Amino acid sequence: MSGLILSAILLLVGVFFGTRTQKKHIADLQAREAAMAHMLITNLKTLPASGKPPVLVTGSVVIAFDYFRRFIAGFVMLVGGRVTMYETMLDRARREALLRLLEKADAAGAREVHNIRFEFSRVGSSSQQASVGGGAELLAYGTAVL
Amino acid sequence: MILSNTDTITGYRITNHIGLVQGNTVRAKHVGRDLMAGLKNIVGGELKGYTELLEDARKEATARMISEAEAKGANAIVNVRFSTSAITAGASELYVYGTAVLIA
Repeated sequence: MSGLILSAILLLVGVFFGTRTQKKHIADLQAREAAMAHMLITNLKTLPASGKPPVLVTGSVVIAFDYFRRFIAGFVMLVGGRVTMYETMLDRARREALLRLLEKADAAGAREVHNIRFEFSRVGSSSQQASVGGGAELLAYGTAVL
Repeated sequence: MILSNTDTITGYRITNHIGLVQGNTVRAKHVGRDLMAGLKNIVGGELKGYTELLEDARKEATARMISEAEAKGANAIVNVRFSTSAITAGASELYVYGTAVLIA
């Protein structure tokens, strides 16, 4: 019984704070993306001519799989189909990693970043068991041209 | 040392391919960070401690790769790739590799 109550509390906390932070984060992402709109980003393998040497830039973020999303995803996985909450979460993380990369490139004085690659890996206490939590790292890297 | 994840660097000519250079590091998080991560697993969001840990580790792996390239007499590394793998429950390996070259 106490386990059930604890689960309910964890779920409510997850729903409330998770949704709130998600909304805030998306608003923050949109503002920062607008500020970085002048950057040209591609995943092309050839660089344009430039007098200066290029710089390798990276941006990364580690996100947590929260209790509420794991709980709901558990249900969705019974029937299959789209797991929308994970989609949104990974999208947020990828945008955040890319923005961090762009901000570093911008600070270095670059206006273009080429050959951008994304790398995903699970980290944390339970990298083998996706259902028990842990986190995932999203890394973006590319070559900035000054 | 010029680093790039492209095959060639426009404006420079590769005069000599020296060979594959690499750097790796295996990092484990400490208990305090894991505790915070546990809390974050309830509400979700970014695990800042982990982000910093992995960034630090990646810098170290890159520094090792650069020193290997320097020892071999290279002045640039092209086609740099990063990879991360979780080797056991608490530890991750960060691996970075590329081709050391001489450019002019």
